[in-house]
Amino acid sequence: MMDGDLLAASEKVQCDPVLEICGLHKEFVAKNKKIVHALQDVRVKAMRGRVTGLVGADGAGKTTMIRIAAGLLVPTSGSVTVLGLDSVTQTLKVQSAVGYMPQKFGLYQDLSVSENMDLYADLQGVPRAERPKRYDRLLQMTSLAAYTRRKAGALSGGMKQKLGLACALIKSPGILLLDEPTVGVDPVSRRELWKIVYELVEKDNIGVFVSTSYLDEAARCDHVVVLHQGQVLLEGAPREFMTKMRGRVFEVAAVSAKSVRRLYAELAAESGVVDVTIRSGKVRVVTEKEKQPGIGFLVPEKRAIKPVEPSFEDAFMAMIPGSGHHFRQELGGRNLADVPDGQDDAVVTTQNLQKVFGGFTAVKDLSFTVNRGEIFGLLGPNGAGKSTTFRMLCGLLPASGGKISVAGYDLHRSRARARARLGYMAQQFSLYGQLSVKENLRFFGKAYGLNNSRLEHRIRWAYDEFGLKQWQDKMAASLPGGYKQRLAMAAALLHEPDILFLDEPTSGVDPFARREFWLRINGFAQQGVTVVVTTHFMEEAEYCDRMLIMSQGETLAMGSPAKIRELACSPDNPEPTMDDAFIALADGAVNMDGGTGKKASPEEQRS
Amino acid sequence: MIVLRRILALVVKEFTLIMKDPKSRFVIIGPPLIQFFVFGYAATYDLKNVRYAVLDQSGSALSRQFLAKVEGSGVFRLTGMLHDQQQIAEYIDGEKSRLVIHIDDTFAEKVRRSVPVKIQVIADGRNPNVALIALGYLGTIVHQFNEELVHQGVVQPGSSGLLLEERAWFNGNLRSRWFIVSALGGLISMVVVMILTSLSVAREREFGTFDQLLVAPFTPAEILVGKSLPGIIFGFGDAMIFAAGAVYWFGVPFRGTIAALAVALLCFIVTMVGVGLLVSSLSMTMQQGLLGSFVFIMPAVTLSGLATPVENMPPWLQQADMINPVRYIIIALRSIFLEGADLAAVWPHIWPLMIIASLTLTLAAWMFRARSV
Amino acid sequence: MSTALFFMRLRGILRKEFLQILRDPSSIALALVMPMVLLFIFGYGVTLDAEYIPVAVVAEDNGNGSSQLLQRFELSQNFVVTRVATMAEAEQLLNVRRVDGIIHLRENFSAKVAGGAGGQVQVIVNGVDANRARLIQGYVRTVAGKWFDVRTGEGLAMVGVPVSIAQRVWFNEEVESRNFMVPGLITLIMTLIGILLTALVVAREWERGTMEAMLVTPLRRIDILLGKIIPYYLLGMVGMGLSVAVAVLIFGVPFRGSFGALFVLSSLFMLASLGFGLLLSAAIRIQFVAAQISIVAGFLPAFFLSGLIFDLESTPAVIRIVSHIVPARYFVSISHTLFMAGDVWEVLLPDGLMLGFMAIFFITLAYRKITKRLEG
Repeated sequence: MMDGDLLAASEKVQCDPVLEICGLHKEFVAKNKKIVHALQDVRVKAMRGRVTGLVGADGAGKTTMIRIAAGLLVPTSGSVTVLGLDSVTQTLKVQSAVGYMPQKFGLYQDLSVSENMDLYADLQGVPRAERPKRYDRLLQMTSLAAYTRRKAGALSGGMKQKLGLACALIKSPGILLLDEPTVGVDPVSRRELWKIVYELVEKDNIGVFVSTSYLDEAARCDHVVVLHQGQVLLEGAPREFMTKMRGRVFEVAAVSAKSVRRLYAELAAESGVVDVTIRSGKVRVVTEKEKQPGIGFLVPEKRAIKPVEPSFEDAFMAMIPGSGHHFRQELGGRNLADVPDGQDDAVVTTQNLQKVFGGFTAVKDLSFTVNRGEIFGLLGPNGAGKSTTFRMLCGLLPASGGKISVAGYDLHRSRARARARLGYMAQQFSLYGQLSVKENLRFFGKAYGLNNSRLEHRIRWAYDEFGLKQWQDKMAASLPGGYKQRLAMAAALLHEPDILFLDEPTSGVDPFARREFWLRINGFAQQGVTVVVTTHFMEEAEYCDRMLIMSQGETLAMGSPAKIRELACSPDNPEPTMDDAFIALADGAVNMDGGTGKKASPEEQRS
Repeated sequence: MIVLRRILALVVKEFTLIMKDPKSRFVIIGPPLIQFFVFGYAATYDLKNVRYAVLDQSGSALSRQFLAKVEGSGVFRLTGMLHDQQQIAEYIDGEKSRLVIHIDDTFAEKVRRSVPVKIQVIADGRNPNVALIALGYLGTIVHQFNEELVHQGVVQPGSSGLLLEERAWFNGNLRSRWFIVSALGGLISMVVVMILTSLSVAREREFGTFDQLLVAPFTPAEILVGKSLPGIIFGFGDAMIFAAGAVYWFGVPFRGTIAALAVALLCFIVTMVGVGLLVSSLSMTMQQGLLGSFVFIMPAVTLSGLATPVENMPPWLQQADMINPVRYIIIALRSIFLEGADLAAVWPHIWPLMIIASLTLTLAAWMFRARSV
Repeated sequence: MSTALFFMRLRGILRKEFLQILRDPSSIALALVMPMVLLFIFGYGVTLDAEYIPVAVVAEDNGNGSSQLLQRFELSQNFVVTRVATMAEAEQLLNVRRVDGIIHLRENFSAKVAGGAGGQVQVIVNGVDANRARLIQGYVRTVAGKWFDVRTGEGLAMVGVPVSIAQRVWFNEEVESRNFMVPGLITLIMTLIGILLTALVVAREWERGTMEAMLVTPLRRIDILLGKIIPYYLLGMVGMGLSVAVAVLIFGVPFRGSFGALFVLSSLFMLASLGFGLLLSAAIRIQFVAAQISIVAGFLPAFFLSGLIFDLESTPAVIRIVSHIVPARYFVSISHTLFMAGDVWEVLLPDGLMLGFMAIFFITLAYRKITKRLEG
């Protein structure tokens, strides 16, 4: 979609490096005195007037690299030159010439927007006379002009990010260093943030060095560096990566909408398949080698296979060694239960659900049902009320009005009984970090009243299902990220709940863990577990049977992914993605006609 | 049955959490022990090394006899022999001495003639506690000196018209270390309990595990019991260890019954667990929890009678102090250790604790429900 | 140009700190409300001055002398007298803590006193609180001694006690505990602001990620240091001024020194505490740990090892030696001298020098510990 801009940018390539990293090594000494090699022999160049992206799985060394460039860390060996200045010996000079936005943006929550800007202007020594002009431009770019008196703490997530960016840009830096600037930000805000970055690159001709875990963002960079375990795996223009993948990416259409997920699970279990995702109602498959014949053989002719244009994401998934294997093996031997077709008994029902905090209505008049074996998605921008709704469903927050029934129990009357039937996985890792894997599982099993033999049986199941056996005596806090998530899920499933509540299970998780996770959820749903999940990754909505999009506490749209996507259909965009649909809905350009019984008013603005 | 299993699971989890983490294990054992010994030695009103100077204008055998008694008391340390009155100001102002004993030149003669005579003592009032206590010591020395004079026949026995026969019960040598140390253990175990419980819920809230507990089929009462037991057991264990330490290390006599001690301490620890859980259920973060227990501990300890008697406070403050649980345990511990109280005798200090405990625990359970449904 | 930039940076960082202090209720609470609460608790609650001590009196003699003596006990501010008939009753009262002492006048007391045979007064006190017991004994002696002196003066008794003490307590004639507690407490309050608040504030910047953003600006280490010292120094001095005002105006504690000396010496103490707080915060980046460490390493020593309540000179040598590295110790001595004695330079100068040395030491160390890198 940004391809036009991208070409224009890459045509005016200038050979003026703003950042040169040569033979960079970085070691940390871990607590057990082991030396951890965070970065090894890294050589990277970032040019003026270009956006250089840094991608890689969690722990690949992205943040370390950006921090070294900002002079916050000293390299163990190797040289880092920023705008011709050495980052170790001329740190202060470097720091007065770079704009840096850390992962936790450095805003003072108690200070207002303009006070934050004043602070950074003072620190960067921006002459008083230049300030009004500079502020005007930054405020106009970030559309924060109306909020200059508001405290930073009271801004929405997206606005905070933009203010963070404005502060980093206060003294027209020669290079902008951004560390995962869009984590936890909804698609609309993400799009706006990138617009600002590209505008700067074009008008001010600065260099941008950005790390990201969103692969669609990486695809828009002029130059991408792929880090893997502290080493540069590959680098080049995203286009180059994508062309190499030609002939290895296919779209497989399922017979019916209901069988998409089953097809997805089957394809994931095939050998020679590197990556499987659901995109726009079809299963997207990336194969190990070009034109893998297996596909034709495995998929019955009824299902149409069509080669498609590779995306950067496909390339990335194929690039990282061994990424596709681990989960396939675990799922391999298991027999997937048949989809309980047509079984439409409601497991979760809400009627006119409402939540008021003080004078602020967080959730207005929400009604929906979730059926057995369904994956139901709760989507919306930051602050839309989806967490509030979610917490009410789990019985963590009392509703101010309306009715909720979970697994047939009225939440108002029999909370404890309803709770025994549900499993809950919180947004952040929330098991006992100091307890071992086994102790955590034992505790949660007993908390749900499992007797000894059943508990042992279920723990063995969890070890097999999630590959946790080798970690059983390790402290939960010391597990690698992906295994923490597995453990959390195992704990939530130990008592074989009817309903699984998952709050943002994939935020802050790298693309590999995300894929593994959805594959698993898919499997449980097929066994008849009902899943209610919140997410802000729009493409993940594709894995849901049905979903509810919320904005400002109201229902914006509800229905199957296909139905939601259709809403954004237009002559310009015949095959809209979920992101497009969401942005169109959020902007009020389209709305839901019927189906939900609740219409979102177009004049409602996003927060 | 299933309820018991669930509670047991919670308790086992709490114990494992505390005992597994070296830091929290240390918090329960290390600092309390150090505090017990440091404060056991530091927190005392028994004076030693009180610096004093002497202006002896009498220079007689009798004045020297008196000064020898002062020196021999083991309380005072001579820092200067003065020659004239101007020096007194120099010594007191510059903190060279805290007391100046001034014996004037008529001293010996007056004593011999059985004329009442006064020894001037100038004390530095910047630390009035030390001044008062030191003057008290001196008073005792003078009292003994007078008896000695009678005994030696320097003064006619009949001329001493008033004889004070002083006796102190329960603590014959008037050692304030007994007084402080007997109660100190209860106080330190209280701090341990407060920190353990006030942080326990807040920590779970911060790490998100509290939601996980609330989503599980626990009732608020079950969570309350599960959270209380570890605090009660560790607090009680600590308190008993300190009681043993007071007797075997500091040599405090133990005159009461062990049953009385155990019951009083248990009631007190349960009360403190109630307060800690209340603080915890009110605070969303560990910092608030820590600050909250600080806000409770400071006034509660200050007004408990540990360091300064409750009876010295203004009446309105004494009335308000009736709700201070620490006050009761301090009285109870002292009467058990030093006065030999049994269960019946400490009962008046136990039932108020029970009332406070039932109030705070109910309130804490209610807060769990209200804050977290 | 570079000095202009320096002032611009400093102004920016100072304005930020002040705005944060003003807008964060917990800073204000810790710096201004907490001190007031402490002052009132200690001002009223902590006193060793005993009044209205309940005593039982057993008078087995009903002569003229004994009734006069008992009247004196009854009139004394220090005692609340309960008359009982027998010793058994009195002992029972002592056992259940209804009284703290028993004054027992034996048979023929009046006659013996009048006859110069030595009238015996038995004084039994509850020795559980040794300190209070000693005080009670002292009060009894005083009351009895005065009565006897008067009788001697009137020629009713043969002679007085041969030797007695004429005591004078300088600087604090009334021997008011409050005059001692309140000035000492100011030390504790300044320690709270200097160490606890500072360590918390810096740790919070690390936790919220603002410190990382600060580091990637042309801020120099000296800017960071001054940016923290100046606001909290001023806050501490405001807290100190407020406490002194409350002490003098509400509690009526005399202030005999000069405000100039108070200002200079408290500045030195504030700087030493701030230096220590900043040193802690340079190493600790988690608020929770910062709070615990500053309580253990800052607050508790200032409470127990400074001479604030318990006399340092009576403690074992080890504790006495350790107390020399606690800055609060010097300021407790300074504030006691300034409030009650006046500008006694023999005391103020050595203490002030120690504080100055500690301020320089801690601030230098903090300056060296401040790093513009993320790794220590």
